Amino acid sequence: MQILSGKTKIDFLGKRNIALSFSALLILISIFSLYSRGLNLGVDFTGGYLIEAGYTQPVELDPVRNALSKSNYSDALVQHFGTSKDILVRIAPREGVNSASISDDVLSVLKNVSADTVEMRRIEFVGPQVGEELREQGGLALLIALFGILIYVGLRFQMKSAFGAILALVHDVVITVGVFSVTQIQFDLSVLAAILAVIGYSLNDTVVVLDRIRETFRMQRKGSASEILNLSINSTLSRTIMTSVTTLIVLSALFFLGGEVIHGFAFALIVGVFIGTYSSIYVASNSLMMMGVSKIDFLEEAKEVAEIDDMP
Amino acid sequence: MINQYPLWKYLLLITILVLGGIYAMPNLYGEDPSVLVSLRNQQIDEATRTKIDGLLKQSSIQVKSSALKAGQLLIRFNGEDAQLTAADTIKSFSFINRNSDYTVALNLAPATPAWLQAFNALPMYLGLDLRGGVHFLLEVDMQSTIKRMESDIASEMRSSLRSEKIRYRGVKRENGGITIEFRDADGLEQGASKLKSLFKDLDYITKDEQLKVFAKITEKALLNERRSAIQQNVTTLRNRVNELGVAEPVIQQQGENRIVVQLPGVQDTARAKDILGATATLEFRLTEGTRTDWMNAENGGSIPLNAKLYHQRNGDPVLLKRRVIVTGDQINSASSTIDTQSGTPAVSVRLDAKGAKKMGETTRENIKKPMAVVYIENKVVTKEIDGKKVKVRTRKEEVINIATIQGVFSKQFQITGLESFEARDLSLLLRAGALKAPVEIVEERTVGPSLGKDNIDQGFKSVIIGFALVLLFMAVYYKSFGLIANVALTANLVLLVAVLSLMQATLTLPGIAGIVLTVGMAVDANVLIFERIREELANGNSPQASIHAGYEKAFSTIADANVTTLIAAVVLFSLGTGPIKGFAITLSIGILTSMFTAIMGTRALVNLFYGGRNLKKLSI
Repeated sequence: MQILSGKTKIDFLGKRNIALSFSALLILISIFSLYSRGLNLGVDFTGGYLIEAGYTQPVELDPVRNALSKSNYSDALVQHFGTSKDILVRIAPREGVNSASISDDVLSVLKNVSADTVEMRRIEFVGPQVGEELREQGGLALLIALFGILIYVGLRFQMKSAFGAILALVHDVVITVGVFSVTQIQFDLSVLAAILAVIGYSLNDTVVVLDRIRETFRMQRKGSASEILNLSINSTLSRTIMTSVTTLIVLSALFFLGGEVIHGFAFALIVGVFIGTYSSIYVASNSLMMMGVSKIDFLEEAKEVAEIDDMP
Repeated sequence: MINQYPLWKYLLLITILVLGGIYAMPNLYGEDPSVLVSLRNQQIDEATRTKIDGLLKQSSIQVKSSALKAGQLLIRFNGEDAQLTAADTIKSFSFINRNSDYTVALNLAPATPAWLQAFNALPMYLGLDLRGGVHFLLEVDMQSTIKRMESDIASEMRSSLRSEKIRYRGVKRENGGITIEFRDADGLEQGASKLKSLFKDLDYITKDEQLKVFAKITEKALLNERRSAIQQNVTTLRNRVNELGVAEPVIQQQGENRIVVQLPGVQDTARAKDILGATATLEFRLTEGTRTDWMNAENGGSIPLNAKLYHQRNGDPVLLKRRVIVTGDQINSASSTIDTQSGTPAVSVRLDAKGAKKMGETTRENIKKPMAVVYIENKVVTKEIDGKKVKVRTRKEEVINIATIQGVFSKQFQITGLESFEARDLSLLLRAGALKAPVEIVEERTVGPSLGKDNIDQGFKSVIIGFALVLLFMAVYYKSFGLIANVALTANLVLLVAVLSLMQATLTLPGIAGIVLTVGMAVDANVLIFERIREELANGNSPQASIHAGYEKAFSTIADANVTTLIAAVVLFSLGTGPIKGFAITLSIGILTSMFTAIMGTRALVNLFYGGRNLKKLSI
């Protein structure tokens, strides 16, 4: 079976202004949303308590809320989690109270709400200090990953390509984080891990296209830059889509079957794979065009690279 | 000839796959509910094993097997009910019940068959989010430890200035140090030089015109103090965790002043917190009567009015006088050293002025008599009485050391006649009872047993379904070559599980997600190769040449693409915590194994099927 013949001749670069405006729009929305609404940060980053409890029968939220506010937890956020039998309670950290006992206290309130047996499924408590550290470490991790990749790509490709790849990467990260800001889906540690995986994946995709662009520039004697870019993208198109499809297959399995805890993680990756696929086709090549890439860029360092390439 | 592998490459592949299979296999066998009995600092012997087995038989509890391993006794059962009743029964045996060195813990022991164990093959180690349990991050409050140190030093300075008859206006503990103010320039000069010679762990600044000396604890001393505060807390936590009966507890220092405590399988977090949050004190007391009196008292005999019956850690009784010589708050320091006279391990203790006076009086009158150290743990336990939660104070007293008074001593003395581990334990317990470095829980992650089980079930379901769908998709899209890729993908999964089992890396839910993601991305290398082969074919090359060129040309792209993902995974590993690390580990190992199977593995199969044959067409 072959969905794409491998001889597609889609004029990607011809539509590059549309793609450019599309990307610009998404980035603007993301930045605006991040600025105005921010992220719905999880307990990991804000500090606080998260208590998940399971009842054997569906449970109403209002009695739970009332009972909690009677016990001085009026700031508690209560919601169903996965099913109507499971509830999730979120409480902000408080000062001066023996921190560790709060989760047990909340659990006993939950037990008194109904005659039903209540089972503790999960307690998470992150002290404000630890939350702040995780936030800092998380941001640092993103920066270090981007920087490490910049160095690697800079060594393997010439500057213009490296710049294009990083641009595509930043594009993907900003939009994926933006989606979390717009939808206000909770952003916790596992989502951050997913974003880092997206960085790896998206770059993986971009590198394959860049590799082909380099190769095509060296092989083709004739043709304008846009023709060569188009040719490269078309010849890798079927691989780009295939890999995205298989990755999306497993991610869907994770999203639908992996349970509520892994939802945010799977969602971030799914968004990231879509954006990453799009960006590897449009963003990297587009930025190359804008920097006025030409055959000369690839010939200069052709000799050095050829040696590395020949390694088995 | 192109597209042919030498024999050794096939042999290498087969060896790796067989090894992978063996080390992945223990994961198929599941776990036995079991009870782990261990004895602190000692090995459980064959006699004890037979004794416990016999007693269990008497209580008509079915035992699947019992074995000694690394000095611990592991008893397996056929079901969880048998396991729970057995644990309670074993705890009630009198010789275990009265000896607090015994730990009886519920455990899930891998049911790996003996022939696999012979290869040292073990199943993957499941993280807390998969097996259920508690993770605490505790922070030692160094601020108050430093305050206490400074107060102790300040009061010692006062008494030594007094005894040297140096006139001073005051010694004050202030923010970040100690200020000593003198009355005149002479006092300042004398006092400063005296203090400098007596208290060496301080940095001094002298302000002549103000008649003041500022002293600050040196960085090095602070570092030492921090280190021992952590050490002491780790030791006491370990002691307390024993009480909880946890099979594989993790108690480790993390960073500068934090301690990680992981208790797999513990559900009752309230109790765990009560026990971890206990506070300890110490009392030095003289013993009363003889060994025979102690045994009599234990067996219901009379106890003198001025004495009380205590127990040592091994359960032996001892009578102690009610009068307390010195309490923990009168100890200024305790450390394990080597006795300069005998060259054997010892614990050196320093008392404050008040304690020194009382100790001096007592030892003068009681030379050659034994003195005992009582370790007392106070904890607040939440109990349910008439459906209401009530906080109850409980007190556990234990005699941790009995030593004979060899001479008159007051301020400083040594406890000798100890094994080196005993000296270390005793000094840490003395510190724990005397020099409290308060700990606070700054992070808690608890996963209940039902969620843990759900996480495993759902995690593995998504791996299997995702895997099956990818297999199907590849077979349909690339036909014969797709099947080859599928073999490689399966081998990849086996190798990944084998490496994870071999490393005994902790598998977490994000770790499973990493496996899922690896399955999705592992085919990428094959897709790159196959698409290249298709291109080469479309360009009119012969099938054999196309296969050769496809693999050659795709290689550097595959390497580049994987290295970038690897960079992200390594960053994730170095900066991530717990579960996230699990994701980074599976992702990085998955990338490496997938490169191996997708490039070398599929090439071997392709060469085997197509190499050296006259091909007209490829099924790709």
